[in-house]
Amino acid sequence: MKIDFEHRQSAHCESGVTSNLLREASGGKITEPLAFGIGAGLFYAYVPFIVINNGPAIAFRTMPGWIFKRTCKSLGIPVIRKKFSSREKAEEFLMDRLNEGQPVGCQVGVYYLSYFPKEYRFHFNAHNLIVYGKEGDNYLISDPIMETPTTLTSYELERVRFAKGALAPKGQIYYTKYTGEISDDRIRQSIKSGIKRTVFNMLTMPGPFTGIKGIRRTGNKIKEWREKLGIEKSKLYLAQLVRMQEEIGTGGGGFRYIYAAFLQEAHAYLPQDDLLAISAQFTAAGDLWRTAAVQAAGIYKGRLGNQEDFDTMGNYLLEIAELEKKAFIALKNIKWRT
Amino acid sequence: MRLMKKENVPQDLSALGKLTKEVCYATDESGNYVTQLSDGWEVKISALDVAWDDIKERVAKARQQVLDGEASPILFFMEYRLMDLKLVADYTGFWQWQIKRHLKPDVFNKLSETKLKKYAEAFNITVADLKTMTVHEN
Repeated sequence: MKIDFEHRQSAHCESGVTSNLLREASGGKITEPLAFGIGAGLFYAYVPFIVINNGPAIAFRTMPGWIFKRTCKSLGIPVIRKKFSSREKAEEFLMDRLNEGQPVGCQVGVYYLSYFPKEYRFHFNAHNLIVYGKEGDNYLISDPIMETPTTLTSYELERVRFAKGALAPKGQIYYTKYTGEISDDRIRQSIKSGIKRTVFNMLTMPGPFTGIKGIRRTGNKIKEWREKLGIEKSKLYLAQLVRMQEEIGTGGGGFRYIYAAFLQEAHAYLPQDDLLAISAQFTAAGDLWRTAAVQAAGIYKGRLGNQEDFDTMGNYLLEIAELEKKAFIALKNIKWRT
Repeated sequence: MRLMKKENVPQDLSALGKLTKEVCYATDESGNYVTQLSDGWEVKISALDVAWDDIKERVAKARQQVLDGEASPILFFMEYRLMDLKLVADYTGFWQWQIKRHLKPDVFNKLSETKLKKYAEAFNITVADLKTMTVHEN
């Protein structure tokens, strides 16, 4: 059976899934940037004493599932979300929803995701896709990273839904049955609260590892890497930073651009020109993240490698931290007229 | 400052680019955000290469350790499947200390078929392949 569902590609998996699942209910109003902004997807955390894939644990996004949860909650849309300990029950529940004509979001692991190229398959469990039907033994998959819809056999889907390790999805399924309207006024309020939450996460969240403080701390740590880790390990660490930063589904530069797009779209709902000015600041921050990535690449490709090169790299992050701090303070200080 | 313009979206063919392009947000002539497809970016491709070179090195080292009789094939497949002890424990249901024991060749050689099956399942291979350290590229 195949549910009438329009596949749409997006830059980031969860904001894409959120936007696609809400398309019908929102009449297409909740675009990817709006979902990303309202769901407060932008985040930063670097936890130096945790090691992932033999490299530093750096996150540019909120916890998996939170963008969907926050966006729906903010828009007053009830969410149904379920995790499973039994694989049979997980599949039964999925089939029941599909038989009702309900497309569902699934959290999955990437490692055994057969349609991904091998080079991209790591044990990363915070990927999201939509299941919208089943033909024979093949589930019909709308993966927002892919240009076109794809399929997974029931064995393959079960395997990725029950991937193990950090952030194990445990068969997690989420969807909404909501069919009512989403008013522009509701969207306005949600944009404001999404901005408020992102401002809190980036500026005021306590602890040294997150937000602007986290970016600054990373910058300072990078300057010590060469001395502390040696050049070879530093290369691996920087490559991992860039992968976390710029790879599909995550994103430093990329996320700044989505956030800048969000602020432009927010301006359509809340026509205050400071939003456009701040949007341009996030574009500039995105560009700087990318410049930093080019510097990192110089080091891990062996073209650069002196202490000064590490200092330059660290300083880029300090500069980004300052730039974004200003942008978030400006967002915090906006006096909403509506 | 170079702002991210549509025409500046990198188009360096990556492994992913062969299968699907990526959506990027970038600005048009009037500074408005639009989406633009990208084939990939050289900076990202080389970051991925660094990661895989490291993995290949670890796999090769593990293979040698198994051939030299210093470790069981479990070590090889752990590295080959990018797993650490904790992840193998999650997939197999064994305790980490048990897995550490099974990494010893003489302990591995006495493992029951049931236990070997658990490892084979976790590594997505057959028991025969596990014993012989055979890899089928796919």
